[in-house]
Amino acid sequence: MLLANSLTTQPSKDLANNQVLLSANGLTCIREDRILFEALNFSVCSGDVIQVEGPNGAGKTSLLRILAGLSQPYDGTVLFREQNIAEQKDDFHQNLLYLGHLPGVKGEMTAQENLVFNLALHGNDCSKAEETLEKVNLLGFEDALASHLSAGQHRRISLARLWQSTAPIWILDEPFTAIDKHGVTQLEQLFLAHAQRGGCVILTTHQDLSFPEDKVKKITLDYRFY
Amino acid sequence: MIPDQNLSYRSAFNLIIKRDLTIAFRHRDDIINPLLFFIIVVTLFPLGIGPESTTLSRIAPGIIWVAALLSTLLSLDRLFKSDHEDGSLEQMMLSPHPIFILVLAKIIAHWMVTGLPLIFIAPLLAVLLHLNENSYSALMLTLLLGTPILSLLGAIGVALTVGLKKGGVLLSLLVLPLYIPVLIFATSAIDTAAMNLPYSGQLAIIAALFFGSLTLAPFAVSAALKVSTN
Repeated sequence: MLLANSLTTQPSKDLANNQVLLSANGLTCIREDRILFEALNFSVCSGDVIQVEGPNGAGKTSLLRILAGLSQPYDGTVLFREQNIAEQKDDFHQNLLYLGHLPGVKGEMTAQENLVFNLALHGNDCSKAEETLEKVNLLGFEDALASHLSAGQHRRISLARLWQSTAPIWILDEPFTAIDKHGVTQLEQLFLAHAQRGGCVILTTHQDLSFPEDKVKKITLDYRFY
Repeated sequence: MIPDQNLSYRSAFNLIIKRDLTIAFRHRDDIINPLLFFIIVVTLFPLGIGPESTTLSRIAPGIIWVAALLSTLLSLDRLFKSDHEDGSLEQMMLSPHPIFILVLAKIIAHWMVTGLPLIFIAPLLAVLLHLNENSYSALMLTLLLGTPILSLLGAIGVALTVGLKKGGVLLSLLVLPLYIPVLIFATSAIDTAAMNLPYSGQLAIIAALFFGSLTLAPFAVSAALKVSTN
């Protein structure tokens, strides 16, 4: 039963490698006695860029957290390569990159230390940290303590992981927050390149992506009062 | 695919230890505050009670242990709170490394920052309290085995309350009852040593508590963190 939620565009046909990476199976989420979404079904194939849309409080973040396995849905399952993610946590986590609202950057560590830690924590190669910081325009700030940097620069440190990531599934909650226009364009190109390599990107943002219409699929969540 | 050596238990363990110690040494309050609290509490007792050596040496084990216990409690909040607030805890939960390894490393780093300095300063403060000279080795051994238990058990309470805005009182209520066995056996060991009697029995029980909590607490903490970040 799909009441308030619907997939608004059809899957794009131009990508041949439509292997299903992640699928939601009858997901229901209830917060504070309010149904955010109910019996939500969709699948994410390699090559997909999916934008989750909806007003504040519609459950976008809850949906992303459930997909990443951080929160438990009230009902339904999330499948990674047709297996429940709860049963293959280590394998799923190796294939997942999730960035939430909070950048996960420590003020007491330098930009470079933060990036190296984040990369190593997820088993990525951290020998190219310096070049990666250059790509996110933080050249010259490698040794600056993160507490001396701005909110946008914090976001950049956490986003820098995207350039080194080997994970096919990217789940990004408001990745453009505090990022300047040039940075947004750069990120959009990175998402397209990632999709073309056979990965998938699921993101929430209130901005319109400057992608060609057929490249991005949308999931629209409505605000429900019951 | 990710090469396996990047995912070994030891590399994950070292990674967290190194990070938490770096943060602690750059943010020195974490080390100094609990230590200062410990010193202040212990030095206030002789001023309040009076300088008679018989009274002080009778209550010295209790004072040192109660102060150590409270100063650990004071520092527990830092264990997961800041990681929860800036989102690093979420990232740890999503790491391909097993969460209990990361949690164990965090607890050990916490003990190195808060427990270890107490052990070094305790014999000096024991002199202030006229602790019986036979008791020093018992004091050191009970602190060495006992303070890690305080960090390990405390971590369970912090993990359960990390999502709450004001979890301070709840944390004390949850954790203090679990600390009581350690307190009883540690002070009893020190008292027994003062009478020149063998205290290996009490020490064995503290050691059992230590190994029990070392093996089981990380799993309890992982489960509690999963609930707290839900």
